[in-house]
Amino acid sequence: MVNVRCATCKYLRRRCPSDCIFSPYFPSNNPQRFESVHRIYGASNVAKMLEQLPSSLRPQAAETLCYEAESRIQDPVYGCAAIIFQLQQQLHNTECELAKTRAEIAIIRSNGHGQESDIYSADEY
Amino acid sequence: MGGHGTSPCASCKLLRRRCSHDCIFAPYFPSDDPYKFAIVHKVFGASNVSKMLQELPVHQRTDAASSLVYEANARVRDPVYGCVGAISSLQKQVSELQMQLAVAQAEILSIQMQRQPVVLPTQQIDTCIDDEKSYFLHNNLPQYLNFPSSSSGNGDSLKREGIFGHDMVS
Repeated sequence: MVNVRCATCKYLRRRCPSDCIFSPYFPSNNPQRFESVHRIYGASNVAKMLEQLPSSLRPQAAETLCYEAESRIQDPVYGCAAIIFQLQQQLHNTECELAKTRAEIAIIRSNGHGQESDIYSADEY
Repeated sequence: MGGHGTSPCASCKLLRRRCSHDCIFAPYFPSDDPYKFAIVHKVFGASNVSKMLQELPVHQRTDAASSLVYEANARVRDPVYGCVGAISSLQKQVSELQMQLAVAQAEILSIQMQRQPVVLPTQQIDTCIDDEKSYFLHNNLPQYLNFPSSSSGNGDSLKREGIFGHDMVS
């Protein structure tokens, strides 16, 4: 049986042992994936981070490291922090909009008939 | 800044080397905050940070250093999901708020329609419904990877701290 090296060991030009920490998460058919994480984190840092985790959590960790590495490559200044900032802004805007809408509801309810024309179109009156 | 008889920057202190006058790290990792460099070194490695900073124009390096510190902190706090956990958590909060907003807007429409027994011109109703749809389309960010966060408070603490927390780079 031919032992296929994982993307990491191919890149690093080394033998891929049977217990290679990288091979379940960096298969040989996707070399770009490892190249991205290696470029941002370095292979040894990735190995250290994966080794510190139980094996059941390593797939998610590898996936998120890949995602963050790709984000950093696409946006070398802010990486995925840009997305967080955008979401925080959106959260803030939506909260303001919600507060405004609820205030409008309270006004409509307290005013009763006839005064919603102050808020909405007045052409029916 | 190191190299002029002043103390070495946090990076050079940690790496135990001479802090030259043109040290790439010195402007962003001052000696009075050793934790900042320690954490980026732990997650990214000093040479990778150096490479990343060198590839950027000088005026963008402060923000880059800050965002690297931010990401490193997120990864140390949540070794499985890192920043992606925070992204997922924030997305969920945004979705929930958008739903609440839609309900509130529908309630206004409903009150309007109940109090005006004369049928509104369909143009007006369609416009309201189209505005609502357009709000969703315009404000829905693309779905990122659907990861939970292993730390539930990530989104709230990010909300309070702001993007780079307090004083990531002095």
